[in-house]
Amino acid sequence: MSLAIRAEGLVKHYGETKALDGVDLEVPEGKVVGVLGPNGAGKTTAVRVLATLLRPDAGRATVHGHDVVKNPREVRSLIGLTGQYASVDEDLSGRENLVLLARLLDFSRAGARAKAAELLEQFELTDAAGRAAKTYSGGMRRRLDLAASLVGNPSVLYLDEPTTGLDPHARNEVWAVVRKLVANGVTVLLTTQYLEEADQLADTITVFDHGRVVAEGRPDELKRRVGGQTLQVRPTSARDLDVVHRILGDLTGVRPTRDDDTGLLTAPVNDPVLLSTLVRKLDEAGITADELALRLPSLDEVFLALTGKREGSLV
Amino acid sequence: MSTIALDRGVRHGFSLAWRGILKIRKNPEQLADVTIAPIVFLVMFTYLFGGALAGNTDAYLQMLVPGILVMNILQASMTAGVQLNTDVSKGVFDRFRAMPITRSAPLIGAVLADVVRYVVCILVLLVVATVMGFRVQTGPAELLIAVGLALAFGLCFCWASVFVGMLLKTPQAVQGVMFVLIMPLTFGSNVFVGTSTMPGWLKAWADISPVTLMADALRGLLNGGAIAGPLAGSLIWMVAAVAVFFPLAMWAYRRRV
Repeated sequence: MSLAIRAEGLVKHYGETKALDGVDLEVPEGKVVGVLGPNGAGKTTAVRVLATLLRPDAGRATVHGHDVVKNPREVRSLIGLTGQYASVDEDLSGRENLVLLARLLDFSRAGARAKAAELLEQFELTDAAGRAAKTYSGGMRRRLDLAASLVGNPSVLYLDEPTTGLDPHARNEVWAVVRKLVANGVTVLLTTQYLEEADQLADTITVFDHGRVVAEGRPDELKRRVGGQTLQVRPTSARDLDVVHRILGDLTGVRPTRDDDTGLLTAPVNDPVLLSTLVRKLDEAGITADELALRLPSLDEVFLALTGKREGSLV
Repeated sequence: MSTIALDRGVRHGFSLAWRGILKIRKNPEQLADVTIAPIVFLVMFTYLFGGALAGNTDAYLQMLVPGILVMNILQASMTAGVQLNTDVSKGVFDRFRAMPITRSAPLIGAVLADVVRYVVCILVLLVVATVMGFRVQTGPAELLIAVGLALAFGLCFCWASVFVGMLLKTPQAVQGVMFVLIMPLTFGSNVFVGTSTMPGWLKAWADISPVTLMADALRGLLNGGAIAGPLAGSLIWMVAAVAVFFPLAMWAYRRRV
């Protein structure tokens, strides 16, 4: 399989801060690689280097064989970029934004209008096409941003935290779009702070911390290393804590963690079906719960598991 | 640069100028500072000081309008730096930079869109002046040449603004510096009063200032009178402004973008 993106030993310093400290990254053609890491891990810096916006201090990177420093123009004609913050002109309408970008990519006047109409349709923005982008909701703006990065039919797409700050509904919309693009053969480099997002979209995940790659693998491999999900229950009445503690313990085969201050019981689970079993058992016992949830490990827990230290710690 | 690349650069510049013009149309208040301020000056100076300075307000108006035109175009050309500075800090500029377009296309676009801003400023000023009683004493051809000259003057001096705009961090800082540069430049000239009563050091500067020379050239074109001398002086200033500030602006732009 040929590589769409290959980076070797990328280094970028900002004064004393090492934003990238020797990063290697390989993205096979047509695949989705998720770069997972907390704020300041170097994710955005890596994307900016690979998008020719930033020169690395050391190391080299190629996109379909073109060096990002030596042949930026060739790289730029292959890539699409969707930044962390919507990078469209707020004053212009959705249609004007897309027409402008198409014109800059050498579409004819008519061709640019047709391309804009096609993308507006595809991203369900036709009704809002004439409105200024600043009046768009967060989800619409992100969709316009995605549409904007697709005007040139890129074969490699960088998505830098595409769903940060979006509500779950808008997030699902963005995910659906990304899946469709991948089905059409586009290579995607996705950065995210959410394990769930990387899990949903990526073929492989690379974990960044302090400008270094600290772990790599398929989502299921990483999750196994991190540990699975946890079940959390908070009975409505504190009197039920003992009973629920026993039910949860029987169900999971593990002694649940008990927090008497908050009235929260937590136990690790391997099988998500246990959630519905727990609901039934509580129901049978006539116990109501204020909180009942199956949750994925947080990024903090992922980091703890993968690096053996808390995120953001300096050691 | 090959002809094809140059051609594409200009075409991309025009596309980005279209963006600038759309933005002016959508936020017409952007033009407020370059249209309202000169009108306030025009009205205030004409009716407050005109009689005292020139015997009557009509005579003063004829002298003032070409001068205010220069001040106006200089102010309008100085917004280029503020606009570019605002632009480069936005995400959309990253998008442009990650596209296979000429690096200077956004700069070309900003300057081309500026021409539209200049034309609007000049038209508004001339209409208000005409309502106040200003009349072109020569002919339509001279008026056209005067307008063209004013546009060229703005296009030459806007590079100073682009330079400052690309050098300083925030739009507010650019605005502040440009204001401090432009106020003494326009008042230290014969736009509002003749230079004969100024102290020697100020008169020496005011007599050769680009604002004075351009104002005199426009007075010659619109009111009749000597043109050649002040025009030659203005052209020397314009060439000098481009020679000094264009390379500096390009250097600062390439460093920033």
